[in-house]
Amino acid sequence: MSFRNYAPAPESTAILNLRKSYGLYIGGEWVDGHGGSMTTISPATEMPIAEISLADSSDIDRAVSAARTSYDTVWSRMSGSERGKYLFRIARLLQERAREFAVAETLDNGKPIRETRDIDIPLVAAWFFHYAGWADKLDYAGLGVNPRSLGVAGQIIPWNFPLLMLAWKVAPALAAGNTVVLKPAETTPLTALLFVEICEQAGLPAGVVNIVPGLGEVAGKALVEHTGINKIAFTGSTAVGRQIARTLAGTDTRLTLELGGKGANIVFDDAAVDEAIEGIITGIFFNQGHVCCAGSRLLVQENIHDEIVEKLTRRLATLRLGDPLDKNTDIGAINSKEQLERITAISATGEAEGAHRWTLDCPVPDKGFWFRPTVFTNVSTSNTVARDEIFGPVLSVLTFRTPDEAIAKANNTPYGLSAGIWTQNASRMLRVADQLRAGVIWANTFNQFDPTSPFGGFKESGFGREGGRHGLSAYLATGGAR
Amino acid sequence: MSRLAVPKTYKLFIGGKFPRSESGRTTEILSPTGTFIANVAKASRKDARDAVVAARAAWSGWSGATAYNRGQVLYRVAEMLEGRAEQFVAEIVEATGVTPAVARTEVMAAIDTLVWHAGWTDKFAQVHGGANPVAGPFFNLSVPESTGVVALVAPSTAESSLLGLVSSIAPALTTGNVVVALASESAPCAAMTFAEVLSTSDVPGGVVNILTGDVAEVAPWLASHADVNALDLTGADTALALECERAAAETLKRVVRPGAFGPTESAFERIAAFVETKTVWHTKSLA
Repeated sequence: MSFRNYAPAPESTAILNLRKSYGLYIGGEWVDGHGGSMTTISPATEMPIAEISLADSSDIDRAVSAARTSYDTVWSRMSGSERGKYLFRIARLLQERAREFAVAETLDNGKPIRETRDIDIPLVAAWFFHYAGWADKLDYAGLGVNPRSLGVAGQIIPWNFPLLMLAWKVAPALAAGNTVVLKPAETTPLTALLFVEICEQAGLPAGVVNIVPGLGEVAGKALVEHTGINKIAFTGSTAVGRQIARTLAGTDTRLTLELGGKGANIVFDDAAVDEAIEGIITGIFFNQGHVCCAGSRLLVQENIHDEIVEKLTRRLATLRLGDPLDKNTDIGAINSKEQLERITAISATGEAEGAHRWTLDCPVPDKGFWFRPTVFTNVSTSNTVARDEIFGPVLSVLTFRTPDEAIAKANNTPYGLSAGIWTQNASRMLRVADQLRAGVIWANTFNQFDPTSPFGGFKESGFGREGGRHGLSAYLATGGAR
Repeated sequence: MSRLAVPKTYKLFIGGKFPRSESGRTTEILSPTGTFIANVAKASRKDARDAVVAARAAWSGWSGATAYNRGQVLYRVAEMLEGRAEQFVAEIVEATGVTPAVARTEVMAAIDTLVWHAGWTDKFAQVHGGANPVAGPFFNLSVPESTGVVALVAPSTAESSLLGLVSSIAPALTTGNVVVALASESAPCAAMTFAEVLSTSDVPGGVVNILTGDVAEVAPWLASHADVNALDLTGADTALALECERAAAETLKRVVRPGAFGPTESAFERIAAFVETKTVWHTKSLA
C-alpha cells in the first residue's frame, strides 16, 4: 500500500473551553449586538462551533464611544513604557495559550493545525512582543519629529489569517497609543473573541480593545462611516478597499489598505529546481491559497517549463488533503461555501478559456468545503486565471524567455503586493527585484513573514505597510503633518 | 527713442516642450489693478492626457537615475532659478501686487527649498528604509521607491505662485517620481517661467509637466486617470478635493489631502507621501 496509509494524528479539541454563544466586547463588557446573530461553523465539517451576536450601527456607535472614552481618560495619558508592558503581557499570555488558540483557529478557519501551530499563532505572539518594545521608543522610530497617536482606530480584518491579522492591526495601534474597534471577518470571529480573554488576563484597561463581530455591509460599513473614528485600517478585497477609499474621501480619517494580489513567482533556468518546487508549493498552496500575497502566477523560463511542471505535479501528489486538525494534513478546508463556489467558478472559466487543467487526484471528505490543488498550464496572459485573484489552491503557469520578458509579465497586473524570484545568480536576482513593482519580494524563498519586516502593496494592492517601524506610521502623526 | 518690449507667449510645458493647448483656448490674466498681463494657455483634458503620457515615458529614466544624479539635477534647478531671480521678482510683483522685497523673499525660499531637496535624494532611502532583523536566516532589506506619476494641484494663493509650486514638485522629484502639475489658476505666469528654468536645468523632458488654466476642469481627469499613481491636493479647495479623492479611489491612488501640509511646507513626511516601500528577502546559507 502507498504512503497514504498512515495513522491519523488529530489534535484534540478538548483543550478548548468555548461558550455556546458570544456577544460583542465593548468597553470591557460583553453585550448583545442588535444586528441579529449567526452560527460560526467549522468549514471542514460544517458543524456549528458557537452562536455569534452581530453588531449593527448602534453597537458600532457604542464601541467607538467606549474606545474614545478610554483613549481620552486612560490610554493616551499613559506613558509609553506602561503601554508597552501591557503589550508584553499580551504576547506572553498568547505564548502560554498558543496551543489552544491554534486549535480554535484551525477549527474556525479550516487551515491545517501545522500552520496555525507553527506559523499563525507564533507570529501573533511575536507581533505583540515586537510592538510592545516600540511603545516607549516612538521618538526613535525615524518617522518624523513629535510622534503622536491618532485617537480611535477602526480595524476590519479578513478570514484568511484571523488572529494574525488582528495582531497586525491591534499591536501597532496600541503601541502608538491609539484605542481600537476591531471587526473580525464574518466566517472567522472565534479567535478574536477568545483574544478578549487575553486582554482581560493582561488587565488591559476597559475600552482600549473593542471587538465587534458583524456583517461587512452593516457593521463594517458603520465603522467606516463613523465620524468619531480617526483612522481606518482594512485588509480584504480590492473592491471593498475602493469603496472604503471613496467613503473616506473629503474626511480627515486616515486610511491604510492591504488588498488583493496576483503575485508572480519567477523561476529562471539556473534556479535550484528542488528548492524552487518547494517554494512554488509554499507560494500557492500554503493556507489553501487563501493568501493575498500568494505566488499565484508561476512564470517559468521556457526551457525548463516541462521539467518544472512534471516535478511540481509529482510533488503535489504527496500532499495530504483532509482534516485540518490532523497534524499530517498539508491542505485543509476552503474557508466557506461562498469561497468554494468562487474558486470553482473561476477555475471552470480558466478551462473554458483554453488553459490545460491538472487537478490532484485525492480523496475528499464527505462533509465540509474542499478544493483539490489545481495547476493550469498553457495559460495565456489574458486568461482569467492569469489576471483575477482566485484566493484558492489554484496555480497558473506561464512562460518567458528573457529576464525583461519575465519582468514585463510579472508587472502586467493592476496589483503589486508580492513576487518571488528563483535564481542562483545574485546579480540577476537584485536587478529583477529592482524592476518588480511589488511591496514584498521573496528571493529563493516564499511566504515568509516577520514582525520586523514591512508588508504591503504597490498600485491596487493598497497603501501603507504593516510590520516594523514602517507599520507604526499607519498609527502616528508626526511633524506638522496631520 | 523708446523701444517696444517683446512680451512672452505663455504656453504649456509637456514632455520638455512648450506647446499651446490643443484646445486653442486661453485665459486672460490680469494684475490686481486690472491691467492685462498675458493670455495663458487653458489646458484641456487632452493636454492632461498628453502630460501623463509624457510623464510615464520619463519615469523609468528618472526613477532609475542614481540618487546622486537626481540631487545634482535638483541643485542645478536651484542654480538656474538663482540666476533668474530678478525676473521672477518682477513677475510676482506684477501678478500679485506685493512689494519687491516680499517677492524676493518668496523666490529665495523657492531656491532654498530646491537645495534642501537636492540634499535629500541620496539620504532619504537610508533614513526611510533599512535592514530588518527577522527571526530567521534571511537577508531582509526595505527600500523606498518612487510611486510613479504624481498629479498635483499647486497652491492657488497668489502669494505662493512660485514657492507653492516648487514646494509641491520638489518632494515628489526627490525620490524619482514624475509630475503633472496644475499651476495656480490666478497667478500662473511664474509657474510657466519656472518651466523655462526646468527646461534649462538638465531635468529630462517629461519629468515635470506643467499645465495652466481651469484647475477644477482638469484636476478630476487626472484624479481618475488610470496611469496616475498619486495625487497631491494641497492647492485644491474642499469641493474639488472631494471630487478628486472620490475619483482617485477607483484606482486606489495615494492621496495627499489639502491641509496635510502647509502650502509652502517642506517636510520629510511630504517626501515620504509618494514612496512605496519594497522589502526584499533572500535566504542565507553556506550551501
